[in-house]
Amino acid sequence: MGTIAAPTIGYALLLPFIVIFAAACVGILVEAIVPRDLRRAAQLLLAFVAVGVALVVTISNWSAGGDVVVGVASVAVDGPTSFIWTILLVFGAVSFGMFAERKVTAGVSAFAPMAAAVPGTVAEREAIEDRREHTEVLPLALFALSGMMLFPAANDLITMFVALEILSLPLYLLCGLARRRRLLSQEAAMKYFLLGALSSAFFLYGAALLYGYSGSFLLSGIDDAIRNGVAGTGPQGTGLLLAGMGLMAVGLLFKFGAVPFHSWTPDVYTGAPTPVTAFMAACTKIAAIGALMRVFYVALGSDRWDWQPLMAVVAIATMVVGSVLAITQTDVKRMLAYSSIAHAGFILTAFVGASQAATGAREGQLTSVSSVMFYLVAYGAATIGAFAIVTMVRDSTGEATQLSSWVGLGKRSPAVALVFSVFLLSFAGIPLTSGFIGKWSVFASAWSGGLHWLVVVAVVVSVVAAFFYIRVIVMMFFTDQPVEATGAGTAGAEVVRPGWTTLLAVGVGVAATVVFGIYPGPLLGLAQQASEFIR
Amino acid sequence: MTDHYIVLSAILFAIGTIGFMTRRNAIVAFMCVELMLNASNLALVAFSHKNGALDGQIAAFFVMVVAAAEVVVGLAIIVTIFRTRRSASIDDANLLKF
Repeated sequence: MGTIAAPTIGYALLLPFIVIFAAACVGILVEAIVPRDLRRAAQLLLAFVAVGVALVVTISNWSAGGDVVVGVASVAVDGPTSFIWTILLVFGAVSFGMFAERKVTAGVSAFAPMAAAVPGTVAEREAIEDRREHTEVLPLALFALSGMMLFPAANDLITMFVALEILSLPLYLLCGLARRRRLLSQEAAMKYFLLGALSSAFFLYGAALLYGYSGSFLLSGIDDAIRNGVAGTGPQGTGLLLAGMGLMAVGLLFKFGAVPFHSWTPDVYTGAPTPVTAFMAACTKIAAIGALMRVFYVALGSDRWDWQPLMAVVAIATMVVGSVLAITQTDVKRMLAYSSIAHAGFILTAFVGASQAATGAREGQLTSVSSVMFYLVAYGAATIGAFAIVTMVRDSTGEATQLSSWVGLGKRSPAVALVFSVFLLSFAGIPLTSGFIGKWSVFASAWSGGLHWLVVVAVVVSVVAAFFYIRVIVMMFFTDQPVEATGAGTAGAEVVRPGWTTLLAVGVGVAATVVFGIYPGPLLGLAQQASEFIR
Repeated sequence: MTDHYIVLSAILFAIGTIGFMTRRNAIVAFMCVELMLNASNLALVAFSHKNGALDGQIAAFFVMVVAAAEVVVGLAIIVTIFRTRRSASIDDANLLKF
């Protein structure tokens, strides 16, 4: 009888992921055993302790250094992984703070009191009167966060597929749990679910074809097969590679919200509860671009002549569609959704540039991965802050998301309007905000990747995009409120003073936007150090 | 011989995609996604046989578990929306557009 050698897992390096996943499982138990009135506090404590521990472990592992593949070659813990884990945990914790907010909504959470109750029925009314709430949202968000951590770190396609589902399934549910406008919320959940399931099926079939081409699920195994050419496969082999690459790209670009796979983004961002929208907009994008870069640089990097032209077209389409359609929007959340699509396009320019050490980037030069990671920090901070402000601007029906009710906000609540303007300026890429440094770095790495024409197009589009951000600022500060809006019933929105957790989200957003805008050096250096994927 | 299975899986995947895009009932659309996942399973097992390795077959088990979890979440969402609207048609869900 032969003995089976026990695999080495490398628990220490995987600990941040394990802590978050375990906390989510414990959170489910808390739902079962802790009395109702203590659950919220218990869940919050659990979530924040877990994120804190995971953050400390991630940073200490990172400073100990070393790029290692652990978990029987299924997870790569390298520079980009550590950087992405750190920002995911920080932005995750900040959005959990928004989940905990109860003050703006008069003592109840932003989530449905009882999701199973049909809107407008006795059951729902009783649940509201009982002041029930779904504290399950925090374990669900923790599950999603653990999936987001595993997704960009996965070193083989099956782990990546499982991580994709761990991150998606809780998000589908969270989208359907809004307290107000429940029909919209449920509709958003259904659209997100159906399209998400379709895209993960595409991802899986792509993974199957790449497995057929290379005989391996490992990213490095696929890379070997491309470099060495697989014996005896001929044109059929190339067909498998190209088809597999295309289908994988569909699945990943869907999660990233790139055109032409963007159509879910505005609907889902509008319908979902705003804290969930903030969490999705920041963290899902981070996880998706991380996984996209890992697959296309590590596994398919030697075949980049085949995917670069197509991805350049996708990048341009994403920037243009996102920016142009954002101009026509009348709803703040929808406008921010289209703006997130436009930002996906700007990030894709750096991704297409593929300016990495393996492809001949010079020493000390800003690589694609490091510029994308810096952009993600800038974009994530401004996004979470902007959505936190959306939760605070309210009228009698809940959040006042109509842009028309934001007219003249600068006169009624100058501080809030000023902070929102900072985020919009960062989105627009105005100097002295982190958005400017982010835009500059992604364009620089696309330029050094040799895609000069793409950079020119991107700069032109970012001018167009700046227009609609500036338009909102002008509307808040310099437009007088129209007469009919000041009439009875449709009075403009008022800013409700939120609890400290939402203020913290706004504060972190402003601090990151301004500090990394004026003094980006250390963060850029950190991103620079962590810029190479392990192979 | 395994090539036939791969062709069959491609046909099933195409049927699933076309079905998803043309059918109007959320449950049927979801069944089409399941068909696509099963087509992927067939491809994984066929490639596994062709390559003479077991990892494709193991991957198929992972896919089955994930598909089961997806059914739970998906049916929960579809049933909720059916109870609200008395309809599981995708065309009726049109509050959010452009």
